Amino acid sequence: MSAAHGSKTTGRLEAHLHRRARWRWPETVFWLAVLATIIAIPSRVALTNEILVAGLFALSLDLILGLTGIVSLGQAAFLGLGAYAAAILASRGVADPTLGLVCGAAVAAVAGLATAPLLLRGSDLTRLMVTLGVSLLLGELANRNGWLTGGADGLNFSMGKVLGLFPIGFTGQRNAALYSFVVLFVLFAAARRLAQSPFGLALAAIRENRLRAGALGIATSGRIVAIYAVSAAYAGAAGALLAQTTQIVSLDLFDFHRSADVMLMLIIGGAGYLYGGLIGAALFIFLRDVISAATPEYWEFWIGALLIALVLMGRERIRAAAARATSLVAFRPARGDTA
Amino acid sequence: MSAPALEARGLQRQFGVLLATDNVSLSIAPGARQALIGPNGAGKTTLINLLTGIIKPSEGQVFLQGHDVTPLSANERVRLGLSRTFQINQLFPHLSPAESLGLAISERNGSGADFWRVAGTRPAIVAEIENLLTRFGLEAEMDQPTRKLPYGKQRLLEIALALATRPRVLLLDEPAAGVPEEERRDILAALAALPSDVAILLIEHDMDLVFSFATRISVLVAGRLLTEGEPEEIAADERVRAVYLGEDAHG
Repeated sequence: MSAAHGSKTTGRLEAHLHRRARWRWPETVFWLAVLATIIAIPSRVALTNEILVAGLFALSLDLILGLTGIVSLGQAAFLGLGAYAAAILASRGVADPTLGLVCGAAVAAVAGLATAPLLLRGSDLTRLMVTLGVSLLLGELANRNGWLTGGADGLNFSMGKVLGLFPIGFTGQRNAALYSFVVLFVLFAAARRLAQSPFGLALAAIRENRLRAGALGIATSGRIVAIYAVSAAYAGAAGALLAQTTQIVSLDLFDFHRSADVMLMLIIGGAGYLYGGLIGAALFIFLRDVISAATPEYWEFWIGALLIALVLMGRERIRAAAARATSLVAFRPARGDTA
Repeated sequence: MSAPALEARGLQRQFGVLLATDNVSLSIAPGARQALIGPNGAGKTTLINLLTGIIKPSEGQVFLQGHDVTPLSANERVRLGLSRTFQINQLFPHLSPAESLGLAISERNGSGADFWRVAGTRPAIVAEIENLLTRFGLEAEMDQPTRKLPYGKQRLLEIALALATRPRVLLLDEPAAGVPEEERRDILAALAALPSDVAILLIEHDMDLVFSFATRISVLVAGRLLTEGEPEEIAADERVRAVYLGEDAHG
């Protein structure tokens, strides 16, 4: 091929392949806005922290559901494991938050690795039931092993300072939210990079057509196990953050409603472009807060109505809106993509 | 004599009471241009699935360049040089042709599991993607989502993807199926330009295509290999005419 011809096509090809790598200004605005919220609205900083942690939890689901197309109703298993790992460490005197966070993520990752093979066979329905089953099982184990977990009473504990400098908890709620913010941002940036790597592209291929992915030589089972472990680690980190910033854990962390809520958040925000979980978590928790202040016993009614409206409005319109948001927030559309 | 590129020995596969593949032995020489024909329901697709490892045989073995690959999974066989295209497009609708080809190439050269490198930063891979796009006339569409490509271009991408794995043996499952007349020429040209050292087994209904492409033809009827030979022998074979060509002639 001639150099002149090659360079023009090569340039276009490279630009196309890298189109998602650069951070775009709406993304910068998004993260600065989150940071500004923490600093500017101290009265609601506990709510903001809850949103950040829920956003990380929803991001963990997006890694398997949005990127890879593997459904799960059991993310609460890893949230609970991460939370209890951090809480047990803290209650036994290992109060360093960073260490607790890493341990929470690691314990969840190991559990993810161990249970991932259960997801490789069967249909979506099988996967929903298996993941749900695993979370029920772990919840019951936590209930029965009260010597370790405090059983139905849960655990109370106090945390050390983040990096030995910043106290978190009731005396340092803003620090707690900033701590969650930093962890969320770092893990988000890592997930973003992963999504644009060859590994991330292979996950998209598995989601789009698992048969063909295998026919290209991709070891699809191995990739699913790997991303499931990463997703579990993210959920575990969310659990550890939740435990550390609220300084309490209880058995409801393993509850089914946690897994269901996080899926609602991701669907409300839109799966597959990584920001959906964060936006969905913010909307879900904000709406719950506003509606439950107005009608404490009916807030779930309105969340249900919103969900039905979202679905009935038409998948296509939601998807089109998500695509617009996607191109605005994260990715520049490919040439001709907008036609 | 070197080992066949691909060999099936006594392959058998039962679905309930149906014997879909009945004791099929088949040998494809390195660089061969071989065709597999047979009426609808003869078990051609089942045989392809057995050869590529998508389903496991009840009995029999598959050898790839002399190695027994029967216990290996489909993706392991691809790594050893056995690739295929699909009768019904099996593409990635929301990925572009460039991304799809990049996947196959980076998987082949062992960088497919890189999780910290932005895709498209290896000049060698980009050059190979570009080379394949040019060969199959997909440059103009390289950055569009695959689902927006015309059907004929999608069929070309099917072949390009299989070739991107650098196969020693390539199974083409009705590559021209459903392609409108004006786009057929591109497919035929692409088939004619396939590397001569790659052994090819073409599964096809279109007799013009079979007889212009293949130097050896195997005939499958009701799960069994009826006969095998050069195109002239097959064309002259009364049994083949009876079960296949006769039926095709009035279709």
